[in-house]
Amino acid sequence: MKTTDIAIVGGGPAGLCAAISAASSGARVSIIERNNSLGGQLNKQTHMFFGSEKQYAATRGIDITGILLNEIKKYEDRVEIINSTNVVGLYEDQIITLMENESKYYKMKPEAIIVATGAYEKFLSFSNNDLPGIYGAGAVQTLMNIYGVKPGKRVLMVGAGNIGLIVSYQLMQAGVKVVAIIDAAPKIGGYLVHASKVRRMGIPIYTSHTVKEAIGSSELEKAVIWQVDGNFQPIPNTETIFDVDVMCISVGLSPLNELLSMAGCEMKYVSFLSGFVPYRYSNYETTISNIFTAGDSCGIEEASSAMVEGYLAGLHAAEKIGKRHPSFEERVQDYTSQLNNLRSGPEGRHILSGINQIERRRDYA
Amino acid sequence: MLEITGVPTEAQIRETFPPIEAIDKGPIAVIECFQEIPCNPCATSCRFGAIYIGDNINNLPTIDIGKCTGCSICLTKCPGLAISIIDGSKSKDYVHFSIPYEMTPLPATGDMVRALDREGRYLIDVKVLGVRSNKNFDRTNIVTLEVPRDQMYRFRSISLEVIE
Ligand SMILES: Cc1cc2nc3c(=O)[nH]c(=O)nc-3n(C[C@H](O)[C@H](O)[C@H](O)COP(=O)(O)OP(=O)(O)OC[C@H]3O[C@@H](n4cnc5c(N)ncnc54)[C@H](O)[C@@H]3O)c2cc1C
Repeated sequence: MKTTDIAIVGGGPAGLCAAISAASSGARVSIIERNNSLGGQLNKQTHMFFGSEKQYAATRGIDITGILLNEIKKYEDRVEIINSTNVVGLYEDQIITLMENESKYYKMKPEAIIVATGAYEKFLSFSNNDLPGIYGAGAVQTLMNIYGVKPGKRVLMVGAGNIGLIVSYQLMQAGVKVVAIIDAAPKIGGYLVHASKVRRMGIPIYTSHTVKEAIGSSELEKAVIWQVDGNFQPIPNTETIFDVDVMCISVGLSPLNELLSMAGCEMKYVSFLSGFVPYRYSNYETTISNIFTAGDSCGIEEASSAMVEGYLAGLHAAEKIGKRHPSFEERVQDYTSQLNNLRSGPEGRHILSGINQIERRRDYA
Repeated sequence: MLEITGVPTEAQIRETFPPIEAIDKGPIAVIECFQEIPCNPCATSCRFGAIYIGDNINNLPTIDIGKCTGCSICLTKCPGLAISIIDGSKSKDYVHFSIPYEMTPLPATGDMVRALDREGRYLIDVKVLGVRSNKNFDRTNIVTLEVPRDQMYRFRSISLEVIE
């Protein structure tokens, strides 16, 4: 059976940073990514990232992948990249099963595993929500920013979180008209600078509105929205109809971590972290020994924090298998303070109270 | 309001603008950042130490107008595209207003374009005084426009669309 020191499942920002710090600690690392290239969500983000310099703020997401891959190159002798391969199983005895190109199936036995599988998109139920032309925001971004294909001509964006706002902006950059952004919440959920950016391009934002139905025979032709009250109940006779050929659903992400459930990690639903997440210790180890996690897969946050969590998980996983980084303490301290700093604002406080609910402490006898 | 509409009120805008005496002295940054988010490239990119955020990256930026030279680097580094540069030293009737612009095509110097307010509503036609882009700006271009003074608190965007 194939072996390695540390297998990293998922090559997004969290996985790449975990690989950098594990390899720099001296561990042999295998990064397994189901897509044909590394980068995860970064590869669709053409906008400048917020955050601080240490997490490449003001750099465009698409360029951060390159920066991280250059860093990984330094450890070429120790890092193996396995693209186009889905990890389909993770077992308590740390064996993982891999499916390469949907055809070749094999097993691997690493000493430690870091699950950094990111997130999946939530969807919305309304009548005719399966009409062609109704996409998740991730699909719109993949079409537009990976393949250079416009998803349509006129878009109704559903969701005024950061993703909805940013994807609206990117659609306008691609020359696609966004007729409106709606959100059931009474307030805009995304950063207000991103909201102001699309407002001044003339895109209206309707808060307290949701989708009533989609209309179309073989594809989307019209979208009907209506207002909701304080309890998110629709108010009759408040309908507005838009002529659109695309509806982009951007109503949030949930942590993608079935592999952890499968391995038997204890999980808990934590709303501040946007779904089921594994209990974990401060070293990012789950309740199953030598299985670690980092990034969106253990709580939806940002690439900035996903990267720092990745660095930490990589250091700790390497340490666990006896490859302690020469400046382990200093690095752990530095990354921990970066995370605390990122989380010291209003949003971050929610994340911290979420983490509080799942962080286990060890009793050192 | 801003949290519901995404549009800052005129009072909020006036508060972020430097006093008119400072505007009339020369180019100076206007930062429309009203929400505590973990972000600080404006402060770290400023070579003159004119923008301060401090240890907590979530703090709102404050600007020392005495130190700001209007160099425009912060304008290209702000991920929220929340910074513009205003210069009232050139004319009694107009201010020179520089804004970040990431759309295609770019306007050309001398073009007349549609000036928009913070809701994207048409104000008037304005003249493009300059278009700057270089490697350091990383694909955020700077477009400078000649904006009548009476529109200075309303103006914030442009459109190149031709309306028949
Ligand atoms: C529109 C948009 C704008 C954003 N803007 C910002 C921003 O400005 N600043 C910021 O900090 N963050 C931003 N983010 C958030 C950021 O992209 C994510 O938080 C970040 O990518 C999470 O990193 P991750 O490594 O945990 O997961 P991901 O980036 O999702 O990577 C996970 C990877 O794992 C792979 N994978 C999943 N399951 C398997 C499996 N079973 N086998 C093999 N591979 C698997 C996936 O293919 C993927 O490549 C934005 C996100 C979106 C969608």
